[in-house]
Amino acid sequence: MSGVRVLVGTRKGAFILTSDGKRDKWDVTGPHFGGWEIYHLKGSPADPNRIYVSQSTSWFGQLIQRSNDGGKTWEAVGNKFVYDGVPGTHQWYDGTPHPWEFKRVWHLEPSLTDPDAVYAGVEDAALFQTTDGGQTWEEMPGLRGHDSGPHWSPGAGGLCLHTIILDPRNPSRIVIAISAAGAFRSDDRGKTWRPINRGLRSEGIPNPTAEVGHCVHHIAMHPSRPDVLFMQKHWDVMRSDDAGSSWREVSGNLPTDFGFAIDVHAHEQETVYVVPIKSDSEHYPPDGKLRVYRSRSGGEEWEPLAKGLPQKDCYVNVLRDAMAVDRLDSCGIYFGTTGGQVYASSDSGDNWKAIVHDLPAVVSVEVQTLP
Amino acid sequence: MIRVVLPAHLRNLAHVDGEVTVELEREPTLGAVLDALEAQFPVLQGTIRDHVTQKRRSFVRFYACEEDLSHESPDAPLPEAVATGAEPFLVVGAMAGG
Repeated sequence: MSGVRVLVGTRKGAFILTSDGKRDKWDVTGPHFGGWEIYHLKGSPADPNRIYVSQSTSWFGQLIQRSNDGGKTWEAVGNKFVYDGVPGTHQWYDGTPHPWEFKRVWHLEPSLTDPDAVYAGVEDAALFQTTDGGQTWEEMPGLRGHDSGPHWSPGAGGLCLHTIILDPRNPSRIVIAISAAGAFRSDDRGKTWRPINRGLRSEGIPNPTAEVGHCVHHIAMHPSRPDVLFMQKHWDVMRSDDAGSSWREVSGNLPTDFGFAIDVHAHEQETVYVVPIKSDSEHYPPDGKLRVYRSRSGGEEWEPLAKGLPQKDCYVNVLRDAMAVDRLDSCGIYFGTTGGQVYASSDSGDNWKAIVHDLPAVVSVEVQTLP
Repeated sequence: MIRVVLPAHLRNLAHVDGEVTVELEREPTLGAVLDALEAQFPVLQGTIRDHVTQKRRSFVRFYACEEDLSHESPDAPLPEAVATGAEPFLVVGAMAGG
């Protein structure tokens, strides 16, 4: 029988939740790497038992852990992330030049075809890759070397490269997003990049429609339709039908279009999920009610999904990498909160329940659908 | 032989319990101890000092014989009691909450 493995990164360790295809009873292991911040862990699509983990603290820096057995055992691999050449400067919050400094890995994106190949999005924003299972990491310098690089400035969470999307139909195409530089696309396997922010409007920057400088929070894609991208920006939910070349707003009737997480249903290309958050300073749901919003029309028209979610006195946040879907016939939707809950729906969002209640603050959620 | 006490998180990474010992093939300095420690436990590379600059990470401190050696030069000789193994060299995660 098929099953599901949910990989949860928290402020104080990683947890792995497993269930069979019914997704009714869950087995929890962890904390793995207790006491460390786990910004992200993700399994290889080419070998589900190969899992990569970003492990860090302010005290002892960055480590990368690798499992070859689905998270039962772990091996620390390479943790040397060195910028290519002379790093130079980017803009600080006040617009002054600030040296590029590696801080942590925000997101690990394993190759779709090679378990030993992984991309890493880091803070300060850059894209690294390994082709030897994480033993060594090299920067892909074309991104940070883009003409706009010295003008990138951090979002509130830092100058982080947090989103990496690999096009399953076109191995040359990679889409990434940086807070607060915006989205970029490469069509030559990461050698050269161009900003893809046309149509975005951000009031917090001198030129609201600038080519770069937008605080993109997350981007999601349905693998069968890679030219259609959905974006949760700082404010605004956006859609592109041309692989990011242009965007239009699809916030529609959302109660607030601020938020972090966004994802697409596994089998319905036009069904999109977001978790509206009250504002950029009030990082919790409106009215103390935790509601996922679902659009079945690719945006604009949204419906609240609240059955099984707390509808009173709920003031948690759902971070950008903390929502994922499984690929079972009845699509499962999962998200984690800064209150330590991971909620799951096995019916496309109609009904929810907490599959764990009391973890440390959840930073990331990924799901593996197992054969 | 130099005795080294690691903080709990680094002991876990290195898969060791309690103190570790390192042998030095050169004069017992702060840098020599860290070099030997990282050679014996490669997983610690980058966790105590920056990979490239070799500067101490800002939330890591070095103590020995009730003295703070954090700001000593890598070439500074270790206290005699550490060099002889009478006292341990302590790698400490700074008290910073969290």
